[in-house]
Amino acid sequence: MPGKNWTTQKAALAERIEAGGRYATGKLVQPGDLGEFFEAVLRAGDRVCLEGDNQKQADLLAQALAELNPARVHGLHMVQSGIVLPEHLDMFEKGIAKRLDYSYSGPQSARIARMLFSGKIELGAVHTYLELFARYFIDLTPNVALIAAVSADRDGNLYTGPNTEDTPTVVEATSYKSGLVVAQVGEIVERVPRVDIPGDLVHFVVPAGKPFFVEPLFTRDPAAITETQILTAMLAIKGIYAPYNVRRLNHGIGFNTAAIELLLPTYGEQLGLRGQVCTHFALNPHPSLIPAIEAGWVEQIHCFGSEVGMEDYIAARPDVFFTGPDGSLRSNRAFCQTAGLYACDMFIGSTLQIDLAGNSSTVTTNRVAGFGGAPNMGSDPHGRRHPSAPWLQAGKEADDTTPPLLRRGRKLVVQIGESFGAKNEPLFVERLDALSLAEKLNLELAPVMVYADDVTHIVTEEGIANLLLCRDKDEHEQAIRGVAGYTEIGRQRDRKMVERLRTRGVIQRPEDLGIDPLDADRNMLAARSMKDLMTASGGLYQPPSRFRNW
Amino acid sequence: MAIVGVVASGNLEALFERTDDESACRVEISTAAHGFQPLWEAVLRDFVARGAGGLRISINDGGARPDMVALRLAQGLRLMQGPEA
Repeated sequence: MPGKNWTTQKAALAERIEAGGRYATGKLVQPGDLGEFFEAVLRAGDRVCLEGDNQKQADLLAQALAELNPARVHGLHMVQSGIVLPEHLDMFEKGIAKRLDYSYSGPQSARIARMLFSGKIELGAVHTYLELFARYFIDLTPNVALIAAVSADRDGNLYTGPNTEDTPTVVEATSYKSGLVVAQVGEIVERVPRVDIPGDLVHFVVPAGKPFFVEPLFTRDPAAITETQILTAMLAIKGIYAPYNVRRLNHGIGFNTAAIELLLPTYGEQLGLRGQVCTHFALNPHPSLIPAIEAGWVEQIHCFGSEVGMEDYIAARPDVFFTGPDGSLRSNRAFCQTAGLYACDMFIGSTLQIDLAGNSSTVTTNRVAGFGGAPNMGSDPHGRRHPSAPWLQAGKEADDTTPPLLRRGRKLVVQIGESFGAKNEPLFVERLDALSLAEKLNLELAPVMVYADDVTHIVTEEGIANLLLCRDKDEHEQAIRGVAGYTEIGRQRDRKMVERLRTRGVIQRPEDLGIDPLDADRNMLAARSMKDLMTASGGLYQPPSRFRNW
Repeated sequence: MAIVGVVASGNLEALFERTDDESACRVEISTAAHGFQPLWEAVLRDFVARGAGGLRISINDGGARPDMVALRLAQGLRLMQGPEA
C-alpha cells in the first residue's frame, strides 16, 4: 500500500515516552507525580493491563489510577487477570475505566456483581488465565501495562522475585507491540539480584518505597480441616491416586486437597504409595505440602506464583523448586498454566455447585468470583499427544470400543467436596446459579467453571462416582445422585440403579475400598497446625502473622 | 459401650450401648437445631439398614451436618464391632 504509514504505533509510543518523560528523571517517576504522569501518558479508550492476579498486585499504580480525574482520563478498557483491590472497581465507578476483560475477582465478587447489574461495567468476558494471556497476543494487546516488581536498577532492569507470576507475559505482549510499560518497584538498587525483565522493555519505573501487596491465598490452616474432609481425602487417595498411579498433577486451593497433601506422609505411606503418586506438580508452593516434600514424596514442582512465608523454604529446596541464580523462586503463571494443561494427568479441586449433568461453578446469584486456574487445569486438552498410564487408562474407561492406537486418552478431572458446604449449602443442585446470573446479565455464556464433559470423577464423603464408566445420561445422573449424600439431589436417587452402579464399580463407597471410618481422624494429618508446618520445614517456613496464633 | 465425637459446633457426641433386643436400634437425639427431622430420619434409616440391631445410641448434637452425623455413626458402629466392645 503505497503511502501508508506502517509505524504509527512506534510513533505513538515515542509520544507517550516523551510526554511521560516530563515527569521523570531518567526512567524514574516519583509516586507524588503519578497523577500528572498518568494524564500525560494515558489516552481515552486505551487498553490497559493493570497487573494484578489472585496473588500479587501493582497496588501503588492502582491507587494512583483510581484517583485520576475522569474528565482527563476516561473510558479505559482494562484487560487484567484480577479484579481484587477496591481501586480496581473504583475506577469503573468514576468512569475512568469502562470495559473489562478479566479472569478472577474473588475478594470483589459481591461488588463486581452489583456493578455488572447496574451497568457500571461493560463486560467483555470472564476468561481462564491462559485464555486471557493468549488474547494479549491476538486481540486484547495492551497499549499500556502497569506492572509490579521487587526492585529495579536505573536502566529499568527488573527483579520480580519469587512472585514473578504474570509479569513476563504482560511485558512481552505490551512492549513488543509498541505499548508503554510502567513498573512500580519496592526499591531502586545498583544491581538487581537477577534480571527477570530486561530494562529495554521497561519505559518508566516508580519507586514505591514498599513491596507490592501479595495475598497468601494458598495457605490453609491444618487446624481447620474436618474429619469428613479427611475421609473424603482418603477416598481420593485410595480410590483415584492409587489405581490410576497419578504422578503428575495439580491441586486446587481448598481444604479437601490440603487434607490430601497432609495425608500423603501418613495414610499414603501406609498404602505404599510414596514414589508411585504425586511426584510432579504444577502447583503454588502450598505450605500444606511441606510434610510430604520433607518425607521425600515430591520430585519437582513448577509454580504459578509464590506463597507468602515460603520464600526461605523454597530457596533451601532447589532440587524441588525452579529457582534463579540468585537462589529465589522463579514462578511464571503462563508457563505453569500450560504445564498444568498439557503435562499433568489430573486436576483435583473443590467447587461450590455441581448440577445433575456434572457442570460445576463457583458463581452464585449475587457473587461473581471469576475463575482461578480450575477451568484451564480442569479441562481435557485435545491438543495432547503424549501417552501416560493414567491418561490411557482414563481414555479406555471412557471408550472401550475404539482401537487403542486411535483412542484419545483422558485427563482426570476430579471435583471433590462434602455434600454440604459452608453454611450448610448443598454442593449438588438441580440448576446452577450461574445460569440465573447469565440470564440476569444477558450473557451469551453462563460462567461455568468446569464443564460436565470434562469431569471424570466426583468425590464426596459418601463415595467416588467414576463418570468415565457411565454409558448413558441416566447412569451419569444416578452416579452423581449416588454420591450426593443427604442433599435433595442425593435423597431423590434411584436406589436400585445406584446399587447396580456400585456393583459395576461406577460408585465406590468407603467400605468398598476398605477404608476404616475410624481412620478419619485428625491424628492422621501429618501436621495439625500452622506451627506443625513450621516445625516440619525446620523453621524455614515463616507463616504470615494472621496465621500465627501462638 | 463406645463414645465418638465431641459436643462442639458442627460436631456431635454419640454414646453407643448394647441392649438385649437384637431386633431394635434405639436412638435418642438431643439437639437445638429444629426442622431437620426428615434429614435425621434419612441418615438413621441408611444407618440401621447396615445392621445396627441391639444398640442404644444417645446423640448430643452441636448442629452437625448430615455428612458428620453419618461419619460418627459409622465410627461408633465400628467401635462396637471391635474386640473390646
